[in-house]
Amino acid sequence: MSVRYRKERLDRGIKARCEDIFALSSYREMLYLLLPRVLPVIALLSLPLLKGVVGLYWEKVLVVTCAIALLALSWDLMASVGLVCLGQALFFGAGAYLTGFLNHSFGWPPFLTIPLGTLGGALFCTLLLLPVLRLRGIYFAIVTLTLPLLLARFIETTKILGGNVGMSGLSPLPGIWFELYVPVVALLICLFGFRRLINEDYGLVLQGIRDNDRAVMSGAINIYKLKAQAVFIAGVAGAFAGAFMTHYYQFVGMPAFALDYSILPLTCAVLGGVGSFAGPTLGAFILVPLSEILRAFGTLRVVFYSTILIICVVGLPEGIFHYIQRKYHQFERLVEVG
Amino acid sequence: MEDSTILTVERVSKSFGGVVAVDGVSFHLEKGELLGIIGPNGSGKTTLVNLITGFVRPDSGKVIYQGKEITGKMPYKIAELGIARTFQMVRPFYQLPAFKNLIIPLYSPRVKKLRGGKYGERDDMAVDLLEEVGFERDSFVPYKMAASLPHGYLKRLELARCLALRPDLLILDELFSGMSMSEVASTLPIIERLNEGGLSIIMVEHRLKELFRIANRVIVLNFGRKIADGPPHQVMKKEEVKAAYLGSEGET
Amino acid sequence: MTTSILVYGLVNSVILALIAMGFSLTFGISGVANFAYGGFYLLSGYLTWMLLNYLGLPFALAMLITVAVAGLLGFLTYWVILLRVRGIALSEVIATFALGAGMLEFFRWMGFVTYEFTLPCFMKGRVEIFGVPLDYQRLFIIGIGLALVIFLYFFTHHTRIGLSFRGIAQNERTAISLGIESDWTAALSLALGSAMAAVAAIAILPLGIISINVGYDVLLIAVAVGIIGGLESVPGILIGSLILGYAQVITGMYLAPEWMMVVYLAAIVLVLAIKPSGLFGKFKELEERV
Repeated sequence: MSVRYRKERLDRGIKARCEDIFALSSYREMLYLLLPRVLPVIALLSLPLLKGVVGLYWEKVLVVTCAIALLALSWDLMASVGLVCLGQALFFGAGAYLTGFLNHSFGWPPFLTIPLGTLGGALFCTLLLLPVLRLRGIYFAIVTLTLPLLLARFIETTKILGGNVGMSGLSPLPGIWFELYVPVVALLICLFGFRRLINEDYGLVLQGIRDNDRAVMSGAINIYKLKAQAVFIAGVAGAFAGAFMTHYYQFVGMPAFALDYSILPLTCAVLGGVGSFAGPTLGAFILVPLSEILRAFGTLRVVFYSTILIICVVGLPEGIFHYIQRKYHQFERLVEVG
Repeated sequence: MEDSTILTVERVSKSFGGVVAVDGVSFHLEKGELLGIIGPNGSGKTTLVNLITGFVRPDSGKVIYQGKEITGKMPYKIAELGIARTFQMVRPFYQLPAFKNLIIPLYSPRVKKLRGGKYGERDDMAVDLLEEVGFERDSFVPYKMAASLPHGYLKRLELARCLALRPDLLILDELFSGMSMSEVASTLPIIERLNEGGLSIIMVEHRLKELFRIANRVIVLNFGRKIADGPPHQVMKKEEVKAAYLGSEGET
Repeated sequence: MTTSILVYGLVNSVILALIAMGFSLTFGISGVANFAYGGFYLLSGYLTWMLLNYLGLPFALAMLITVAVAGLLGFLTYWVILLRVRGIALSEVIATFALGAGMLEFFRWMGFVTYEFTLPCFMKGRVEIFGVPLDYQRLFIIGIGLALVIFLYFFTHHTRIGLSFRGIAQNERTAISLGIESDWTAALSLALGSAMAAVAAIAILPLGIISINVGYDVLLIAVAVGIIGGLESVPGILIGSLILGYAQVITGMYLAPEWMMVVYLAAIVLVLAIKPSGLFGKFKELEERV
């Protein structure tokens, strides 16, 4: 007779813990709760300070990472409402092009064009997606996959907004610190803002729509209005990334609608863990630097993302963040089974 | 429209791909009345409820509620006007505590208008509501995950979800199905009490014995058509009703 | 002018229908939106090319092998990947999308981008129809398109597998309780969809060169036709293709050929605004399933 074991998971020793009520009694426990929240914030805020150590190239990577992380956050917010988006590039591109257009045509400064591009881009995407929100199922995914590709073709064909050459020579951002800190701060605001939002009653209703839209409707709630609001909020995060990067590169063109901006945020979110907002951010900070290292491989990188996506979706559906969270909050031991 | 009628259904029909689910059904409901809708399986009871609450658009006919036509309006608009319904299949938000399940209707504009509510206040309202449907307040039950509650509690959670809207008309779609005898016995007084408080109720039910104890009037559906309308025991004497129920009466 | 619009519009419509059919077939039966469709389409093109140029196989044999391989890969896609995430819409969508993008970008990395990659026509030469010159390949395409529609109709209405396909499409649970294996059927639907992508690829690719962007275009076309006509509805696909096909040819003649893609966007946005479920769509906006 061999001895068989069963894995048992136990919550770590916070004395009184009932769902979301904590009673704290010591510094140790306080640190236990605070560290995972405060440490990443400090780390993020100090990353730009390492400019002299790691060199300008990696600071650029930081900016790109923040932009992708913002897109991943916006993807995650939409997924929380049950809207699976395959075209985050739509938000990125809309924000980018509007900002570029305002700067290029009217010469408005970045202080004006970035906010306007962000809000306008988000509004444009929301209006574009409005009819699809009424449909259930994967229709939304199908349409969002198509729209950025078609918009890119549209611009290419009609030769508006610079056609396939794009608009270059846009105003640069004022100063290196601005360049580095704005995306970091925007990322932090979105990360904690979205986390807060989804834990409010409002967020509860949003998640309710994902789980059972009929029950929410019979609760006298206009789910289409809420879905549109969620798309708009998510759109603001995505369009900001586009608007900022436009001025960062001082260029906007067809690549703003490229597949990369759709599939990379998606991969980040799925790798990091859907539904937690921290997961997609973590995913972005793993994947984007990694893909910079792999830059030599060209388009093989997309193959690499795809492989990660499929492996994660099939084999690791909870994502890295949820795994770490579980390890942090619970310990496991083997128990003998009779 | 006289004032005492809360709901009038006029000749509504609906067919799904050639199969007529509801065929020209008309009835009306007085304020404060408790109406039962009965009929064999597949007689179109749930479809009728869906037609009234806007989840299914009728092919023809009219639904008039408090003097206003609500035919084919969106479900949330109808709910906002004060018609609340339960679903036959309970699908609560399993990963939430029971009382958090009620946040969603409590968040609606209707509730905000009727009694306000900020973050936190809603939690209290939710626990009050759960107590109303028999969740023991001082126990852990209202705070337990919905996934860990027994079926009878989930059904009553569904009822509480409706009551959260402060409805004027409550439609219960087979509330008792899947409940044990004792659970039914403890839920019946709740419904009676609501009805005595002036709430109009429509109950779609298979458990005739319990229904007949509290219903003022029942209508009988068979193959989508109304075959009888009247006080419970009078209706059951009709030949047509007997024929429709032949063989299935024993179940109750 | 008018006759040439009529003839070329028809050819164009059949091409679109041929491309869209496999995608909508899979979707209609198993509810899986096969976003790897463009990948399968291009894979078939390259596979035929390789069989012809590296192994020197006869064209007919290469075609048969390609269609069989594409079908097998579709089947494996379901059995290896989708089966594990069945029912989770999010994961299904992401998995097929990733698979498709991965395939296409892999081809790009392999260097399949130059002008040498063309497939031979079935038969060279052309005929005149109502004074409009038309090459044999386009005639073949019309023939293949018609044959496929007829084949599909008989397949779904008169064979056991076809009937079980329809059963699953209409009500999965009831179908399962009647002894139809849902997974098997879904896998077959994916196989059939991929095989149809291969047929379409072999018929259509000889008209131009094989390039990576064709893979994305194919997916766009399949989706656009589906959105306009209504996914999962065969008459919808046909009507959608006719609308798009003729609209494209007319814009191509009176404006410029590169405006054709704009027609897609305009058509999609228009249909979404008027009837989001497509002109013939069975997608219920709110239909309670009890």
